[in-house]
Amino acid sequence: MGALNHKFNENILITSLDKLLNWSRSGSEWYFQFGLACCAIEMMSAAAARHDLERFGAMPRSSPRQADVMIVAGTVTLKMATRVKRLYEQMAEPKYVISMGSCSNSGGPYWQHGYHVLKGVDQIIPVDIYIPGCPPRPEALIEGLMHLQKKMREEHVLEKKED
Amino acid sequence: MFWKRKKTDVTEQEIYADLSKKFGDKILEFMEEGTHNPTVIVEADQIGKIVSYLKDDERFQFDSLMNLAGHDPGAESELSVIYHLYSTELKHYITLKVFTSREEAVVASVANIYQTANWHEREAFDLYGIKFDGHPDLKRILLEDDWEGFPLRKDYVPAEFYRGMRIEKVK
Repeated sequence: MGALNHKFNENILITSLDKLLNWSRSGSEWYFQFGLACCAIEMMSAAAARHDLERFGAMPRSSPRQADVMIVAGTVTLKMATRVKRLYEQMAEPKYVISMGSCSNSGGPYWQHGYHVLKGVDQIIPVDIYIPGCPPRPEALIEGLMHLQKKMREEHVLEKKED
Repeated sequence: MFWKRKKTDVTEQEIYADLSKKFGDKILEFMEEGTHNPTVIVEADQIGKIVSYLKDDERFQFDSLMNLAGHDPGAESELSVIYHLYSTELKHYITLKVFTSREEAVVASVANIYQTANWHEREAFDLYGIKFDGHPDLKRILLEDDWEGFPLRKDYVPAEFYRGMRIEKVK
């Protein structure tokens, strides 16, 4: 969207265009292909033939520049947290984050004695959708992506921001 | 075929007796009771010589270092390093152990004898702070270089922040 982002006042043309853009954006949730722990195995399983995420237009991208959604799939160690933050910053707007599994939601099993684990990825980047589970099944990931689609459809990327 | 070759009759007791004869008072103790594997306890600065003797001797041929691990039994006691040796030729095992003080933890390196010890020793250095004398590139392997402290020591207290990120969640 880039140059068109939040530039226009509300009118019939813009709201219709907004709908078209949101429809196309929610139908192509290209997610950033990187996994940190066992949740990544479920993510791969969700992308593979049986669950087939590409039914929803979600396909893995290997570069943060091409990705719309970052699925933080797994334990975010403090060493990795600095990299996760940098990768998030490299993604192009509009960008979304799904926190997949207990570890990235809250530290999970490393909640108390994990000297090396970040207690929730929302401490370093803004999270849109949290998926519970350890690890969540592919169905749960699909539901998370569908919730994100719903969120995308309700957005107004062209209309002027209130501020 | 090597997998059909019979296990030799060299027992751990014989290895201990031979080491005692060769190295004298550098071999401290032989533990059989209360350990998973029969263990020879040796002097920390002599481990390189002892291991290379075990590797090169015709009767023992310990050509594989299966594992090298640091160990901290408690805040009051000494640190130790444990070596699990195996002979792929003769199919026998021996476990060696060295003790080193908590404040000045230095053990002779075996990285030039077994290549696999290189990363294992870096791991023991990273998590227990045991320095390996003669290691070619002793630096942290798992944690970041600017990490403070050695987390698997029993008296380790986690820092509050690491690079601005809170480590323990506020309840």
